[in-house]
Amino acid sequence: MPSATDNTPAIRFENVEKRFGDNVVLKDLNFSVAKGDRVTLIGPSGSGKTTILRLVMTLEELSDGYIFVDGDPLTYEKRDGKRVALKEKHRNEIRKRIGMVFQQFNLFPNMTVIENIIEAPVHVLGMSKADAKEKARGLLKQVGLADKADQHPLELSGGQQQRVAIARALAMDPDILLLDEVTSALDPEIVGEVLGVLRKIAETTDITMLIVTHEMQFAKDVSNRVLMFDGGRIVEEDTPEVIFSNPKHERTKKFLHAIV
Amino acid sequence: MTFDWNWNTAWDVLPILLAAFLQVTLVVTVVSTAIAAVLGLIIAMLRRSVPKPVDAVLKFAVDFIRMTPIVVQLLLVFYTFTNLDAITCGIIVFGIHYSTYMAEVYRAGIDAVPAGQWEATTALSMPKGRTWSAVIIPQALRATVPALGNYAISMFKDTPFLIIIGLVELVQAGLVYGGNTFRYTEALTLVGIIFLAASYPTSLLIGRLEKRLAFSY
Repeated sequence: MPSATDNTPAIRFENVEKRFGDNVVLKDLNFSVAKGDRVTLIGPSGSGKTTILRLVMTLEELSDGYIFVDGDPLTYEKRDGKRVALKEKHRNEIRKRIGMVFQQFNLFPNMTVIENIIEAPVHVLGMSKADAKEKARGLLKQVGLADKADQHPLELSGGQQQRVAIARALAMDPDILLLDEVTSALDPEIVGEVLGVLRKIAETTDITMLIVTHEMQFAKDVSNRVLMFDGGRIVEEDTPEVIFSNPKHERTKKFLHAIV
Repeated sequence: MTFDWNWNTAWDVLPILLAAFLQVTLVVTVVSTAIAAVLGLIIAMLRRSVPKPVDAVLKFAVDFIRMTPIVVQLLLVFYTFTNLDAITCGIIVFGIHYSTYMAEVYRAGIDAVPAGQWEATTALSMPKGRTWSAVIIPQALRATVPALGNYAISMFKDTPFLIIIGLVELVQAGLVYGGNTFRYTEALTLVGIIFLAASYPTSLLIGRLEKRLAFSY
């Protein structure tokens, strides 16, 4: 779990704004995630939860404000009171600390399972192929797919593909793992196998996690903090115990009532 | 009208036709296809990577080449760059002309790669070059091979235009033989057969390649 000595947050949003054209998705958003925290973002669709993950992964450009990763500016920094865009090279350095698992898996269909996993360790981190493969086999074992290394993603079930995607993200040893509705594209009966793998990772590592999910039981089990979003703002934040059994805000009550 | 076929004439003209086919038609088709395939891919990749104004210039250049007849381009290049010999001129013009068609095919193939694939490469911090070579191009090619192959065949069938810059390719070799002997039937029939004999197996090959590239493992 998080080291008590370092108080720099793993992720910090400062006055973040995100617009798509005239549509303001996030407005003046401020929050931080401590190292080792498991934070779940809940809220109705369109409330900006997924946009937050995509901003951290630099898949979307910030409209205003700053994001800091372990104290380092991610895409923009303040210089002489001005907001300056950081170069792609800098962004890429920070990006290496962050991993993401997508709703649609996004495995590379032209590569085998193990090729998917070793791709970035070999070509981004410069690991030797042999070392990367050994590590990949360990990760595949961890997600229960040791026998699938040489198959192609499209030969696997959705749940298996998502477990490979988790292994692929972990192969980069990220400090931060972003989970974007990772079970939403799966059949209800195989949701459990994916969540089981994630629970185990949450128990055995100190990776900071930012989670968007509709699986409230999973959120309750894994996260230590829940942020309730509506209209691009945080309406309530607390421990999962409080949010799920005794929410204070009317909007949170209504939302949880509607989805349970 | 009589149809008068003489086997002796046919055997007499066949080696002449095959020589012209190998030395001109096939050389131009193969080298120009290679140029068009590589240049087309470069154009398609550039168009995805450069800023909008540069892309607009590229698009104009591509459209300009596509919308003007290849015969005009052959004549223009041949009479402008007088130090180029005819076959080099033919290879360059065919290669560039068809690269503009192939660029559009590649572009469609690249656009068909889901946005999630690009996002995954970002999430893995993959460098641009590796993103293209390991992820985007292999997936884009799968959809483009049949169309690229068809353009190669179509280029092959356009090679008689080379006559206009004085090259004795397959058709011209047949015409020359006919002009000297007044036996056009055998010569031109064999010309047609040689074209068919080359393009039909090629189209079968493309079909097989298409199957092999599909991800239906």
